[in-house]
Amino acid sequence: MLFLADFSVMKPDVGLLVWTSIIFVIFFLLMKKFAFGPIGDALEKREGDIREALDEARKARNEMEQMNSENERLMAEARTERAAMLKEAKETRDRLVNEAKEDAKKEANKIVKTAKQEIEAQKQAAMVELKNQVGTMAIDIAEKVLRQSLQSDAAQQKLVNGLVDDIKLN
Amino acid sequence: MRHLLLSLIFSCFALVAFAQNDHDYGNHDGHNHAGHDYGDHVRDDGHVHHATICGESTDHAFNAGDNAIHHIADANVYSIGPYSIPLPVILYVPDEGGLKMFMSSVFDHGFAHHGTGHKAHERFVIDGGQIKHITDPSFPDGTVEISGMIHRGDDVFVCYNDKLYPTESKSTADGGVFGGGLTGYYDFSLTKNVVSMILVCLLLFFLFRSAAKAYQNREGRAPKGLQNLLEVMVTFIRDEVAVPFLGHNATRFLPFLLCIFFFILGLNLWGQIPFLGGSNVTGNLAVTAVLAIIAFLVTNFSGNKHYWSHLFLAPGTPWFVKIILIPVEIMGLFIKPLTLMLRLFANITAGHIVILIFVSFIFILGNNPDGSVNLPGYAGGAVGATLLTLFMMTIELIVAFVQAFVFTILTASYLGAATEEAHH
Repeated sequence: MLFLADFSVMKPDVGLLVWTSIIFVIFFLLMKKFAFGPIGDALEKREGDIREALDEARKARNEMEQMNSENERLMAEARTERAAMLKEAKETRDRLVNEAKEDAKKEANKIVKTAKQEIEAQKQAAMVELKNQVGTMAIDIAEKVLRQSLQSDAAQQKLVNGLVDDIKLN
Repeated sequence: MRHLLLSLIFSCFALVAFAQNDHDYGNHDGHNHAGHDYGDHVRDDGHVHHATICGESTDHAFNAGDNAIHHIADANVYSIGPYSIPLPVILYVPDEGGLKMFMSSVFDHGFAHHGTGHKAHERFVIDGGQIKHITDPSFPDGTVEISGMIHRGDDVFVCYNDKLYPTESKSTADGGVFGGGLTGYYDFSLTKNVVSMILVCLLLFFLFRSAAKAYQNREGRAPKGLQNLLEVMVTFIRDEVAVPFLGHNATRFLPFLLCIFFFILGLNLWGQIPFLGGSNVTGNLAVTAVLAIIAFLVTNFSGNKHYWSHLFLAPGTPWFVKIILIPVEIMGLFIKPLTLMLRLFANITAGHIVILIFVSFIFILGNNPDGSVNLPGYAGGAVGATLLTLFMMTIELIVAFVQAFVFTILTASYLGAATEEAHH
């Protein structure tokens, strides 16, 4: 005998073998169906959810970053655009002012020129009138002179003779 | 402060453990209800008692080894403190008309008798929780009062009407290797171990069922309480045991591995709870054998082509290596579950025995060789046993987890080897 006393735990009892097998198999089936199966699924699902949530957060952050850089780009663009617009506006203003100046100058010149012409014309007209007046006055004076000088018949005879002489010459 | 509290709790365990043990060994070497010996009562202090039945003295000095072996054995009664709860007995006796079913209370194992009955029932007696069969057919059938039992080495004799009748033990499946073998009857009783297993399985089932429900009821929220506690262990087995060894097969085998782990852990811890009879389920070879056989069957039924070809063909090795390698591989196939079985059995049984021996110090030191009581010895033994038992129970607590984990991780590694895909 290997042992002094009855070391019964070392002797696998037939009944205990059978009962342990039955109990373990039933335990396994029940636990798998009602406990470990659902727990395993729940854990897997929760981990999947967490993984998904993390992925989503990462994606959202990336998107945000993308949006931020987009915003910055837009801002920069807007800034340059504004600068360009300002510059353009200034140019336009300058151009307009210059143009206006030029136009004004031209107009002034034109007005001056017209005025000069007018003045010339007026002068001419005045001259003509003056001449006319002077002519009339000269005629008047000549008439008066003639009347004075042709008051005697002898003088008239003499003129007529003189005129007749002139005609004869023709 | 916390450490102090913990050590106090553990010393309570130790005290409880020997309080539980001290009442019962004085009696399991032949009880004393025998006719003319009624006056000489068994003393519960382990003190040597005087009795004579069938002309033989039942005086035996206290034997720590016998005491320990008695306490780790399976029994047909469930002893909690001095109370012996009767359990259903189911015996299969091929020569005597098959099945016999009765409660173990028919043996009249009363208060503080620790599973030793005063009566024989249909030529069966109960001795220290173990049912024995009286082989002599001349012994009366039915329920009769017996004078007592005599132990000669491993053999138990029943004294009835001043005549000794030899007995036989139940059939065991060790083929005589450990002194057992097939006898005239088989014991399919709901023994202490079977009842412990059923209770632990029910407890585990309700614990995990409530956790599983919590996952449904509290979906999308953080785990809490019991659910959280169990989840830690479940995810530990999954992430540290199942996934590293089984890879994409982990989900398939996870419930099996969890069952193995929690079955062993639950029973290891159950056997350590003081006042609950200290059942030694995972320290019983029959239980570990079943677990090892199940692990073996699951492994080999899951084995793929790659596994079997490695086992029987050992590809890529020269023929002279194959001659050695293939027998070794085939031997390994059976040695693996064998080591699983023995490792768990030996660890748990050894732990229980050591604790029981430590507790026995009280009685070894407390009893003088002439049978008188040695009070200083008792006191010294009590203090020493408390400290040593405290130490041992702490280690046993670790062993309970470690052995459950080791059994599970080795099963997972065998499963992993069997289901691994070819990679060369």
